[in-house]
Amino acid sequence: MDLHEVQSQLVDWLSEASYQFQKVPGSAVLIRYVRSSYQNDPVRSAIELILVIFFIRYLLSPSYSTSKQNFIKLTEDEIDELVDEWVPEPLVSPQTSLEEIESEKLPILVGPTGPKSKLANGKTVTNLASYNFYNLNANEQIKEKAIQTLRTYGVGPCGPPQFYGTQDVHMKTEADIASYLGTEGCIVYAQAFSTISSVIPAFCKRGDVIIADRAVNYSIRKGLEVSRSNIKWYNHGDMQDLERVMQKVVQEQARKKLTRRFIVTEALFEATGDISDLPKLIELKEKYKFRIILDETWSFGVLGRTGRGLTEAQNVDPTQLDMIVGSLAGPLCAGGGFCAGPKDVVEHQRISAASYTFSAALPAMLAMIASESLNVLQSNPEILLQCRENIKAMRGQLDPRSDWVMCTSAPENPIMVLVLKPEVVKARRLAVEDQERLLQECVDESLANGVLITRLKGMPVSTSNGLKDGIWIVQPALKVCVTSGLSKKEIEKAGTTIRHAITKVMTRKTNNKLGLPSA
Amino acid sequence: MPRKLSNPFTTSSSMSQPDRPGERRLSFKGNRLTQFFSSPKPKEQPSAQQSLLSMQQQQSSPHITAPTISLPTISLSTATAGELNSEEPPTTLFQPPSDAEATKQRRFETQFGPLLSPSHRYVSVHTGEPLEAPIEDEPPYYYVLTTYISYLILIFCGHARDFFGKRFGNKQYYRTLKAQNGYAPLNDDFDNFYVRRLKTRLDDCFARPTTGVPGRYITLMDRKSDDFNRTYQLTGTYTETLNMSSYNYLGFAQSEGPCADAVEECVRKYGLGFASPRADSGTSDLTLEVEREIAQFVGKPAAMVFSMGFVTNAGSFPALVSKGCLILSDELNHASIRIGARLSGAVIRSFKHNDVTDLEKKLREAIAQGQPRTHRPWKKILVAIEGLYSMEGTMCDLPNILALKRKYKFFLYVDEAHSIGAVGPKGRGVCDYFGVDPAEVDILMGTLTKSFGANGGYVAADKHIIDKLRSTNAATLLGESPAPAVLMQILSSLKIITGELIPGQGEERLQRITFNSRYIRLGLKRLGFIVYGHDDSPIIPLMLYHPAKIAAFSHEMLKRKISVVVVGYPATPLISSRARFCVSSAHNKDDMDRLLAACDEVGDILQLKFSTGVAGGLEPLPEGVTPDMEKEWRKANGLEGVIKPPRWKLEDVIARGVEDAKVRLR
Repeated sequence: MDLHEVQSQLVDWLSEASYQFQKVPGSAVLIRYVRSSYQNDPVRSAIELILVIFFIRYLLSPSYSTSKQNFIKLTEDEIDELVDEWVPEPLVSPQTSLEEIESEKLPILVGPTGPKSKLANGKTVTNLASYNFYNLNANEQIKEKAIQTLRTYGVGPCGPPQFYGTQDVHMKTEADIASYLGTEGCIVYAQAFSTISSVIPAFCKRGDVIIADRAVNYSIRKGLEVSRSNIKWYNHGDMQDLERVMQKVVQEQARKKLTRRFIVTEALFEATGDISDLPKLIELKEKYKFRIILDETWSFGVLGRTGRGLTEAQNVDPTQLDMIVGSLAGPLCAGGGFCAGPKDVVEHQRISAASYTFSAALPAMLAMIASESLNVLQSNPEILLQCRENIKAMRGQLDPRSDWVMCTSAPENPIMVLVLKPEVVKARRLAVEDQERLLQECVDESLANGVLITRLKGMPVSTSNGLKDGIWIVQPALKVCVTSGLSKKEIEKAGTTIRHAITKVMTRKTNNKLGLPSA
Repeated sequence: MPRKLSNPFTTSSSMSQPDRPGERRLSFKGNRLTQFFSSPKPKEQPSAQQSLLSMQQQQSSPHITAPTISLPTISLSTATAGELNSEEPPTTLFQPPSDAEATKQRRFETQFGPLLSPSHRYVSVHTGEPLEAPIEDEPPYYYVLTTYISYLILIFCGHARDFFGKRFGNKQYYRTLKAQNGYAPLNDDFDNFYVRRLKTRLDDCFARPTTGVPGRYITLMDRKSDDFNRTYQLTGTYTETLNMSSYNYLGFAQSEGPCADAVEECVRKYGLGFASPRADSGTSDLTLEVEREIAQFVGKPAAMVFSMGFVTNAGSFPALVSKGCLILSDELNHASIRIGARLSGAVIRSFKHNDVTDLEKKLREAIAQGQPRTHRPWKKILVAIEGLYSMEGTMCDLPNILALKRKYKFFLYVDEAHSIGAVGPKGRGVCDYFGVDPAEVDILMGTLTKSFGANGGYVAADKHIIDKLRSTNAATLLGESPAPAVLMQILSSLKIITGELIPGQGEERLQRITFNSRYIRLGLKRLGFIVYGHDDSPIIPLMLYHPAKIAAFSHEMLKRKISVVVVGYPATPLISSRARFCVSSAHNKDDMDRLLAACDEVGDILQLKFSTGVAGGLEPLPEGVTPDMEKEWRKANGLEGVIKPPRWKLEDVIARGVEDAKVRLR
């Protein structure tokens, strides 16, 4: 091909291209703009061109990734070799000896739970390990209601509350709890354990401040962890320390944007059994403008004249609290948990609380049982009194009389948390594991004498960074759950058995030596 | 079984009867519940429950119990897989029923529809070919564009309303967004925008209150809103609708029948609850029995049960992995897996939905590079997938993932929340469906809420893993134990599925759900809808795209007395809003036809038939051409690459449906 042919071809293409270009709307403007700017200032045109190229390159480049910073390029063969060599750890580590003992000794009930329960080994024992404080489990009237509900609704609601899983029974239970507590609204979750772990992150977001008691339970800790908020701690039950932390937070944030601030605490503490000072909390909350999330898991149905919980026991208006979280699974013998509070708070959870939105609704039966149990408590407050009498009787046998243990629980708490006395721990130099082993022996000894009690289950403290300074070492403890299903005499007898069992274990020769210095 | 179906709304006579308000009304007074029982439960037929309880106590050889008299058409049609095509009429026992009997029967059928023909069954099993990702059809660009524009308009209007509302509107509506006497606003204005301005518009499609059993039909409590969905008032009337919304896969949501009888007996015997966590005194013989049965059912040496499915996931991950471990999670995994993974402290990466190639790439990179920054090898890698994805209707590609597992030595966690009971020839989940040995999967997790009509979840694995989990999983140590009633529902439904109780019924339920799923999926594709998911999956998402159609579809279906679940952003990607049908064994072909007819009408009204035909629903091949010959036939006739968008007539869909649903769908 001759040169001039190539040339003419090129000219043809160019003219065709410029013709096509001119057909594009706005091309004339662009050309005019480029021309005029070039005439005046070629440098500017060049800079603009560079900018355009940079812009295009920026758009086309892959999105920024942090993981690649440290990336080492390897050949396929090298990767294959690494894959072959890589040996993962086993999925779970072997059980520790304490865990093995625990699972071996796990009591298995045959038939219903009650003040007297039959175990799989054929023995009938006094059951002081379940939260069946009022023995509502055996209540025939509630059973009939449960069966009627079964015959109307079946068992499972087969769907999450947002998708046709909300049944009228749930709405009734929510209304019942709200009116029982005296709050504007209430929302019922399908499990008590996960309720507060969902409630906290539904409101507390990144950047918010939460001040929590150091002794809060595992579910609350999980909730705090998921929330990714800024978490501060105050010493267990220490209102002065709380005020100090609050002041600090307020000072730190004085000039910043107002963030949500929360206090998270329990009414009756799971780990220690003692009680919160609600009026003082309310006073501080109002003073420093914090919201309160109160976990009433262990106090709902327990404290107060009719079992309304801490608010009733300490004469606090429940509307002063922002969120009251409680359980329907303990003494009420139903299942599920709830969060009661103002309407806005409740409605917000219906779409933003993970374990409400993404989980199936509570079975209608359990919701109905909860309503009925509340009804029983409300109409017969004397069963609460009877239970408290029994608590007194049990305490009389254990706390001042035992040389080895003391009860950290509040006097009204049917769950008696018994820890080894500080002087015993000190004298024998008992580490946490030793105490756990000793207490497990106490549980076994007491069971051998016909009284089923249990230990406080401590969970491994989270390793997450946000919660590190909130580490609280739970002192191993025995849990004795008093029930109104037993007569005062029976309770006293059981208390004596437990006391003797503890004494027997603590005075065993092998255990006596344990704490002595090895040298 | 060809049926004339010019107007599908009159064929199922039982559903079109008006409600009897006196009988159905549920007042908020618990003591009026009794009036529900128009027909008291006959006391003389407790054979099933007795046998169940005695079986559970003595572990005797399985009884073959005579089914209760009220369910003759169901339990007696015991055709096995081999006899699928036999056209025997169902054996029936009963004489013309008395009034009470008829009411009872009707009540039973609103919960579990009778099988209309023994041919309406299909065995859910994988064909053995490599699992292909279902082709996702796309709507014309016009629809995509208008969808985006719709959202733009919504966002614009929302901001405009916010702007004026905050200044001049009712203060009460904006209370939670503003700082008040020193308290920061309860909700973030920005976070809350979607809920406040977009979701509220379709809020009446969600959380519709129901009453009664969520079986074949579900009874909705009618409500109205005078203030644009801010509050609702119950009108006091009830609507019985066809239930395409509940995860009642095997139809065990029943208040009558052997399961309910067993549960009643159990409540009388065991009481209401155990009132204690498993680790204290919440473990009973019943719990252990259920765990043994579940382990046996899924084919693992041991299992543990929980009282909530969400927590099963959320609690198991922290017990399995920790810092220094890697979780590779499918991008469409359920929120509970994501929360569990986050709580575990492990590094989380996700791979493309069901994409084995992407998973392999991520695995190679992870093993080659080790932990970020330190390059130490990972302690362990856990791949988390779901058996059946609840929003897409897709099944996991288990055989290929297992092939990767052998090579890359990761641990596999399969969440069978939706697949257990719903897929597989024996209903034992994805392993059963693909014919894979369950021992190859490390952890099999599932829920008991769905197929079993109960509540809670389970984890099944090797014995040493379960033993360890029992002492490290917080939900076992501190969470409440499942109630006896729930446990008994699990146990009895499980025994029906395995055939230990009322042999034949479990099999029938399993085969009915697969037939129904295939039939409805094929039908919707032929009508011209874009439908996602694998053929055998009982979750059928029907694509709507436009946000306005979400509410419109739900309302139109409700007008036709069908309750459906509609989902939009954020549960799905922004543009792919969808309606989701959950098929159940409790449905029969009449119900399916009724749904197809309704979809056909609504699809025309709302312009939802956009499919191009690439995903199926094509015209059948002419006589004598088998699917294998299709390619050659197309070549010969010059039809290569020509795909006609399917827009079948409803009559044709119904006429050919039964036959075609049982061969390979096209």
